[in-house]
Amino acid sequence: MDATSACASFTARDYKSDVKPVWCPGCGDFSVLSAVTKALAELSIPPENVALVSGIGCSSRIPAYTNVFGFHGVHGRALPIATGIKVSRPELTVVASGGDGDGFSIGGNHFMHACRRNVDMTYIVMDNEVYGMTKGQASPTTAPDWEKSKLTPQGTGINPFHPLVIALASGANFIARGFSGDPNNVARIVAEAIRHPGFSFVQILSPCVTFRPEQRNWKDGVRAAPVEATTDPARAARRLMSDDGFNLGVLFRGDRKPFQPSMKASVDSVVALEEEFLL
Amino acid sequence: MTARSVSITFAGSGGAGVMTAGNMLLDAAGHAGWHGYMTRSSGAQIRGGEAAAMLRLSTEPVQSHDDYYDLLVAIDWQNVGRFAAEIPMGSDGLVLGDPDGGDFPEQIKAKGARRGDLPFKQMAKDIPGGRANMIALGVVAAMVGLPEDALMAVLHSSLKKKGAEALAASEASMRAGMAFAASLPEMPKLAPPKAVDKKLWSITGNEAAGLGGVRAGIRFVAAYPITPGTEVLEWLAPNLAKLGGVLVQAEDELASINQIIGASYGGTPSMTATAGPGLALMMESIGLSVAAEVPVTIVNVMRGGPSTGIPVKSEQSDLNIALYGLHGDAPHLVLAPNSLADCAFTTQWAVSLSEALQTAAIVLSDQSLGQSRATIAPPEDPGFRASRLRPSGAPEGRYRRYLNTESGVSPMAAPGMKGYQYTADGLEHNEVGTPSSAAGDHSAQLDKRLRKLTGHDYGAHWADIEGDGDIAVITWGSTTGPVREALERWRASGRKARLVSMRLLSPAQPEKLAAALDGASRILIVEQSHGAQFHRYLRAHYDLPGSVRVFHRPGPLPIRPAEVFGQLVNWS
Repeated sequence: MDATSACASFTARDYKSDVKPVWCPGCGDFSVLSAVTKALAELSIPPENVALVSGIGCSSRIPAYTNVFGFHGVHGRALPIATGIKVSRPELTVVASGGDGDGFSIGGNHFMHACRRNVDMTYIVMDNEVYGMTKGQASPTTAPDWEKSKLTPQGTGINPFHPLVIALASGANFIARGFSGDPNNVARIVAEAIRHPGFSFVQILSPCVTFRPEQRNWKDGVRAAPVEATTDPARAARRLMSDDGFNLGVLFRGDRKPFQPSMKASVDSVVALEEEFLL
Repeated sequence: MTARSVSITFAGSGGAGVMTAGNMLLDAAGHAGWHGYMTRSSGAQIRGGEAAAMLRLSTEPVQSHDDYYDLLVAIDWQNVGRFAAEIPMGSDGLVLGDPDGGDFPEQIKAKGARRGDLPFKQMAKDIPGGRANMIALGVVAAMVGLPEDALMAVLHSSLKKKGAEALAASEASMRAGMAFAASLPEMPKLAPPKAVDKKLWSITGNEAAGLGGVRAGIRFVAAYPITPGTEVLEWLAPNLAKLGGVLVQAEDELASINQIIGASYGGTPSMTATAGPGLALMMESIGLSVAAEVPVTIVNVMRGGPSTGIPVKSEQSDLNIALYGLHGDAPHLVLAPNSLADCAFTTQWAVSLSEALQTAAIVLSDQSLGQSRATIAPPEDPGFRASRLRPSGAPEGRYRRYLNTESGVSPMAAPGMKGYQYTADGLEHNEVGTPSSAAGDHSAQLDKRLRKLTGHDYGAHWADIEGDGDIAVITWGSTTGPVREALERWRASGRKARLVSMRLLSPAQPEKLAAALDGASRILIVEQSHGAQFHRYLRAHYDLPGSVRVFHRPGPLPIRPAEVFGQLVNWS
């Protein structure tokens, strides 16, 4: 983010709209919405200088519930839209957000390449290991033996995808995990993710009380990560590979230079380019 | 014996340098004041396949190839049979081949043209560093009567980077070819060039499309390489950087279309270029650009389809997907350049329309325009600029991004404008932008998005209309070149006919076409698609008076002027 824009002071309410969320009562995403608005207020970024981009799914409804510049695009493509905004308007604070199906399945290729490209933006995935909007199907993070989906009644039989390991291997510059049951901690993590240069990835465990009621127990499983975040990708890889998915906090801070092409013109007008065509 | 136009093909295996020879001949002709047009034909192999540079040089501006080639110079015979069908020749044509390279292939003999021996191998051996393609260039230059100074000027400017030794070897090769030409059978020399008041440009259609884009104000491009559209992107990459713009190579076409939607939402005029398979991948998000009213321009350089099809050869078969490929009722712009130079004009116009109307514009170029190079009079900047309606002052109450205005165009804010925050949405929405599945909101927004396109005045550029008479030929895109030439011949024989070449395909302009066809009783439709897609489009959206005939066939064989002329003769 641009430090000079942090002049006025804002409260979380300044970043919220009056649109009523479609989310079910008890959905973890309510807390994520609160945490994101709180983080923006803490950073004092004027709402008009923030772009919040999403794809399709329950959690992807988030832009309309905020008072920043929002974009609710098509399924899986939040990251390319966010990339286009940030690269062409580098002074804006750009946050992409959505769910595990949107980000890791249909949008999986963009996830990998956004980590690799390392544009200075933050990607928040509200992970509930299920497709909620289509009424409960397995996602890439669902356990192989989850048998509650009509689409895969015997379970998927496929091991879940480890988004943090993929993010690290693909080059993400900041990797963290939060839990919607602890919104203050999520707000701190999101604020740090926005402040950190380059592509920051934040996985937020956000229970689906409708299709995965057992996720209410996540509150008993989560814990603060036992060690400080590392800046060493090799060490981070070892930790993330043995991670059980419940360690919270910042897990990796990288120092790769963000991708941002120069936008300094070297010619005055298009006419100057036309000389190359002259015989 | 002189001619107004001569046609030459250099053929050989990939890497033999036929494209270099072709490009140099084209540029040298331009230096001498002639006009020229060169099309590349190659196989799918990266190197070592077959390749042909097909040129037409003329005293007049050239928009398409002639019916026959006067001269075919084969540096070798490897795989030449694969594109023999693309090089029609008459009995007065001349084929030159190396006697050391074996007998002339049957497909070439079958053309019935005169044959001559050109001992490339031996001649190249006798010159230190000798190059067969430069010998071929020298032979052709002498045979068509190209002034030596024009040839030498191009040789020096093209090869100066390669060092003095390479330059000397090439010059010696070329001179050997020029000397050898005297011993070969004669062919018509090109008539002296007419005086031109301006220096000509040497440009490809793909470069012209890129130029049109930046002239209109495009400053962000996201790109995924695909044949035959890549050169649009390769021209834009360094040139956008010079203008302070950005090109990002994306991970796939889904990313490139969404990146440009994002950048455009941010306020920067944005564009991408692709070909059929890439366009198919982009379709869902082009619908997003329509629904969320975010302007973007997609230059689609058509190739043979469906599926991977024939990537290196031209066809007009993406018309249906461009017009009808979006799900839902999604009014958008479809335009098509009808000449190589028009790639600049039409792309520039498309960008300005897309920005003014806040919707997607698809520009249908094709391989025969995009990958051809021509010497042309510098195309003037027609002045079209990206100009978006912006809200001004402080908002009164909640900003209504999708305000149902009379024109259908609503003021569009960009991030950074205080008080104008809104959420752009592909979900149906109300005027504010809040998702809504209410019947009233849906019909109001559908009406608005249609009205802004149908109510716009597109002026005279929707089509090129030429001539009069009761016969009208309706065509679009690259087939306009041969149709135009056929009609010139038709009129030269004292008969009348009119041309309607449609540049704006969507939204349809039925009243304008009706006016253009007023009094016509015979309509000939010409297009390069197997399914007669353009004919079906005309039938769906327009009333066609009198009797109608359709001349259509798929690529890669180009439609020739004589074929269109023949259609007219048979109907008289």
